[in-house]
Amino acid sequence: MSAHEITLTVNGEEVRESVDARTTLVDFLRDALGLTGSHVGCEHGVCGACSVRLDGAVVRGCLLLAVQCDGHAVETIEGASDSGAIADLQEAFRTRNALQCGYCTPAMLLSAAELLAGGGVPSRAAIRVHLSGNYCRCTGYQAIVDAVEAVAHARAGARP
Amino acid sequence: MKPAAFDYARARSVEHAVELLGREGARVLAGGQSLIATLNMRLSSPSLLVDINAVAGLDRIVRRNGHIEIGALVRHAQAERAAEIAQAAPLIARALPHVGHPAIRNRGTIGGSIAFADPAAELPACLVALDGEVDIAGPVGPRMVKADDFFQGLFETALGPHDVLTAIRLPAATRDTRVGFAELARRHGDYATVGLAAAARANGTKLTDVRLAFFGVGATPVRARHAETALAAGDVEAAVAALARDLDPPDDVQAEGRVKKHLAGVLLRRVARQLGEANP
Repeated sequence: MSAHEITLTVNGEEVRESVDARTTLVDFLRDALGLTGSHVGCEHGVCGACSVRLDGAVVRGCLLLAVQCDGHAVETIEGASDSGAIADLQEAFRTRNALQCGYCTPAMLLSAAELLAGGGVPSRAAIRVHLSGNYCRCTGYQAIVDAVEAVAHARAGARP
Repeated sequence: MKPAAFDYARARSVEHAVELLGREGARVLAGGQSLIATLNMRLSSPSLLVDINAVAGLDRIVRRNGHIEIGALVRHAQAERAAEIAQAAPLIARALPHVGHPAIRNRGTIGGSIAFADPAAELPACLVALDGEVDIAGPVGPRMVKADDFFQGLFETALGPHDVLTAIRLPAATRDTRVGFAELARRHGDYATVGLAAAARANGTKLTDVRLAFFGVGATPVRARHAETALAAGDVEAAVAALARDLDPPDDVQAEGRVKKHLAGVLLRRVARQLGEANP
């Protein structure tokens, strides 16, 4: 076993913890920090439910070791939600029934937010391609694409 | 599932990484987008992971002497945004959107895709189609291996257990460079059922130096040499027919071999059209 002291920023707060080398980031966030908004699905990078932001970029929380995040900044759905930056996206998901069980939703929101951060109004095909790494087993995706597209239009219209 | 226990060390330099890899059962950790999945599934159980993510200088894209050099730690997403890659390596630029999903590309590295050498992956086939080279650092110093010699078998490459892949080098595209890329996958971003990366040189209305590298059809990227000759002679249908001799794909979880063989012909027709067009 090898334990490592790590210092990282999680949702803007500095965290110091001791972790086993083999602990994945998503398990660390859930088990050590109690941030259970990031979900554990397939644990091999296919389903996307564990997605979090590492230094601003959306990554798989199951394909990254917590020890690798020493010195880096992690943001989870809790941080993104509290910041208010994706409130419009969350509202659109709610009004358009873009979630049922909600298991995929936190990661789906982060992926959609990354696409929308690029600006403009992506085509429905581009939205589907960007979200292709996030499985949803309830909705059939139609309502998710609707929600993301609606927010893209709203944000474009809101801009001067 | 969860990984078995292992030790972890952060390499400070390429030399330090090579030294750390001297330990039995040590493995390089770059983007980790394939390796950590195999750890989680307990398909591999290294004794030590040598993390090279903090090694300075491996994340550069450099044009020099008619070539473009892509550092091993260049992330797929970084390469996707790089103007140098769009200009000097248009085949790589076309292939990148098919490599995994955005979250995978944010973390995965060019060097990792080449070193892991998944037979259904895009970038190894691109390296072969472009007649590229791989730079390797090892216990006895640096060396260079041509793409055709690098991929040796199923997940087997010219890399030894103590070696670190440091960069790949490709001939920079010129005005007469022609490239083509197509793949078929059940879900965008998944490993391909069959794919094709191709490069050629335009000579008037003809093509020369045609290199067709199929992936998902064997243990390594597979050159379709008879089809290359037919395509250089300008006969697309003869090239498709020649695939019967060039390819013998085994059945796998994605599709039966005969289906893959049919799809290879479909892709070759699409790619042949792309090879006829100048790069934008």
